[in-house]
Amino acid sequence: MPGVEGFMYPNEVSLYWSVLIVLYPFITGLVAGAFILASLARIFRVEAVKPTYRLALLTALAFLIVAPLPLQLHLGHPERSYEMYLTPHRSSAMAMFGFVYLWYLMAVLVVEIWLDFRADIVALSQSTTGWRRWMYLAMTLGSANVSPRALAIDERVGWLVTLIGVPSAFLLHGYVGFIFGSIKANPWWSSPLMPVVFIFSAMVSGIAAVMLLYMATTRLRRKLIDMRCVDTIAMYLFYIFIIDFSLEMLDLIHRIYEADESFRSLDFMVHTRLYFSQIVLQIFIGTLTPLVLLFLTQVMKLHEVVRKRIYAVAGSLALIGIFAMRWNVVIGGQLFSKSFLGYTTYKMALATREGLLVAIALTLLPLLILAVLVKILPPWPDAEHASIREAV
Amino acid sequence: MRVFRDAGHLFRLAGLFAVGTLSFFIIRAFLVPRSFGEYGHYRGAAISEIAAHPIRFAGHQTCETCHTDVAQTKNSGKHAQVNCEACHGPLAKHADDPSIDPGKPDTAVLCVRCHAASAAKPKGFPQVDADQHSNGLPCQTCHQPHNPAIAAGGAK
Ligand code: HEC
Ligand code: HEC
Ligand code: HEC
Ligand code: HEC
Repeated sequence: MPGVEGFMYPNEVSLYWSVLIVLYPFITGLVAGAFILASLARIFRVEAVKPTYRLALLTALAFLIVAPLPLQLHLGHPERSYEMYLTPHRSSAMAMFGFVYLWYLMAVLVVEIWLDFRADIVALSQSTTGWRRWMYLAMTLGSANVSPRALAIDERVGWLVTLIGVPSAFLLHGYVGFIFGSIKANPWWSSPLMPVVFIFSAMVSGIAAVMLLYMATTRLRRKLIDMRCVDTIAMYLFYIFIIDFSLEMLDLIHRIYEADESFRSLDFMVHTRLYFSQIVLQIFIGTLTPLVLLFLTQVMKLHEVVRKRIYAVAGSLALIGIFAMRWNVVIGGQLFSKSFLGYTTYKMALATREGLLVAIALTLLPLLILAVLVKILPPWPDAEHASIREAV
Repeated sequence: MRVFRDAGHLFRLAGLFAVGTLSFFIIRAFLVPRSFGEYGHYRGAAISEIAAHPIRFAGHQTCETCHTDVAQTKNSGKHAQVNCEACHGPLAKHADDPSIDPGKPDTAVLCVRCHAASAAKPKGFPQVDADQHSNGLPCQTCHQPHNPAIAAGGAK
């Protein structure tokens, strides 16, 4: 059989979980990571990253809206998926995930964004005309109270929402790791470390994404990049990346030491089918290279321009590395036979419902949504409250 | 009471959530089928709905009442245990009204469904690599489908 080497059970030959299921943890990871970066500014009061606070929130929202789409496209009957909310089964991890998702979207992210932007929304509802005015008026919920006391209350409530939001973000992404980690029939996935590794890699990818988005949007707006801000973000990126990498290595060492009956088969797979995506892309290009680059920025006095370039390269490589990690988990877990005697191949389709083109579209869609969101709710630090000043 | 006035927008938000949650439960009451949960985590009515499906398979005993010749051929060969409709597909309509022509199965796709060589099949099961074995010829040029052993003189 083409693509098959050794012995595969008949139902293992073709993969069920495609590139879209790779994209899904990648996108939710960006949500959780972006939110945790935002919470740095809010909960941990890291003033330096403040300029990215609102952008991070909107980024999280844009990606969260897209997060369930890959799953919908994977379903045979997407039009029935809402039934999961109507009659959820308590033993279904996916059904429970639906509620975690809804909670995170409605009770955390939207509320926090609303509270933070409320003053701007009120100001915009007064300074705009036509349908925009109606949109902003609807968003004020009919309350134009932006007195200092009201804003102070918002600030405190927003803080509380963020406080709830951090464990929620952990839950959201820990859940994705849980779904893989709890599949006990699959030795490549079944590991209690899975949710933890997923959360830390999510933080890496989310922080890298917001850093890149901040640098890119500032560039596009022809404004100066706040170097104190990106330096701080890069520092956090570096530290969290180290933790993430150590955890992954811990998992690896544990597997090597334990060397259970699946080990030879998985080891062979990593050295053959997954060699490029795991060893080359994930570990060398996507992890070690950005780590070394970020390390250099921490120990050497580099010129601003050099630092910016390094951050851009390291951030992009980190994103590639995390995507490769998701790929290796999702695709890698389906390439070997549960008999440990054979391997199959994943052939990505191009223009099908779960093909490459759809995957590319789904990657670009959040950016499109983000572009619309920043039009509606400008998150830029220099414009913050400028509209209010105008209006008052 | 100033706190209440200055937190007014938060009460509006809470109200919106309450309305949202309430409408969820109202919509849910309409959408969840009546019989859901009657016996378990599914629609109780599903059982009678499925039972009400028209019967599509006639069963080999029915076929054999009319096609005694085929039944005889088949029962003397290795396909004795293979049901008529495993190859011919569901034919209850034809059994009710023989003037409906059921057509003949295409052996190029039919036979390999069971006989394509695969390491996952028991060693004793007769299996062939169709490309090498028949070189593209339809299987029934050499095998009589109802009694496929060539040695049995089944060749047509
Ligand atoms: C009531 C009697 C009767 C029953 C029951 C019956 N058949 Fe038939 N079948 C016929 C008749 C009559 C013909 C048409 C005459 C012919 O070509 O031999 C026919 C034709 C066929 C043909 C097509 C032959 C051709 O040359 O195209 C097939 C195949 C067939 N039957 C299969 C079945 C199967 C399988 C069953 C069981 C599900 C079945 N029949 C049940 C009477 C019956
Ligand atoms: C292993 C698969 C298989 C099984 C089992 C099988 N058939 Fe057939 N049958 C065929 C194929 C293939 C043809 C078409 C042969 C051809 O095209 O010449 C056929 C043709 C027929 C015909 C047309 C006349 C003929 O003999 O060519 C009748 C009638 C028929 N089958 C009835 C039955 C009945 C009744 C049974 C159950 C007792 C049965 N078949 C079981 C594969 C099968
Ligand atoms: C539904 C599955 C099925 C289909 C379809 C099927 N067969 Fe079979 N075939 C069997 C089974 C079961 C046996 C018996 C195996 C045994 O007894 O070990 C068998 C046995 C055979 C044998 C071995 C006979 C012998 O005496 O050793 C041949 C040859 C054969 N089939 C050819 C065919 C051809 C040609 C077709 C297509 C018309 C066909 N089969 C379609 C299930 C199938
Ligand atoms: C050119 C004639 C020819 C054609 C066409 C042909 N076969 Fe055969 N087949 C044979 C011969 C000859 C044997 C050996 C017979 C024997 O050993 O009794 C055989 C044996 C078999 C066996 C038994 C193998 C075993 O290990 O016991 C199977 C199964 C079989 N054929 C399936 C098929 C299938 C499926 C097709 C269609 C894709 C097909 N044949 C087409 C000539 C043919």
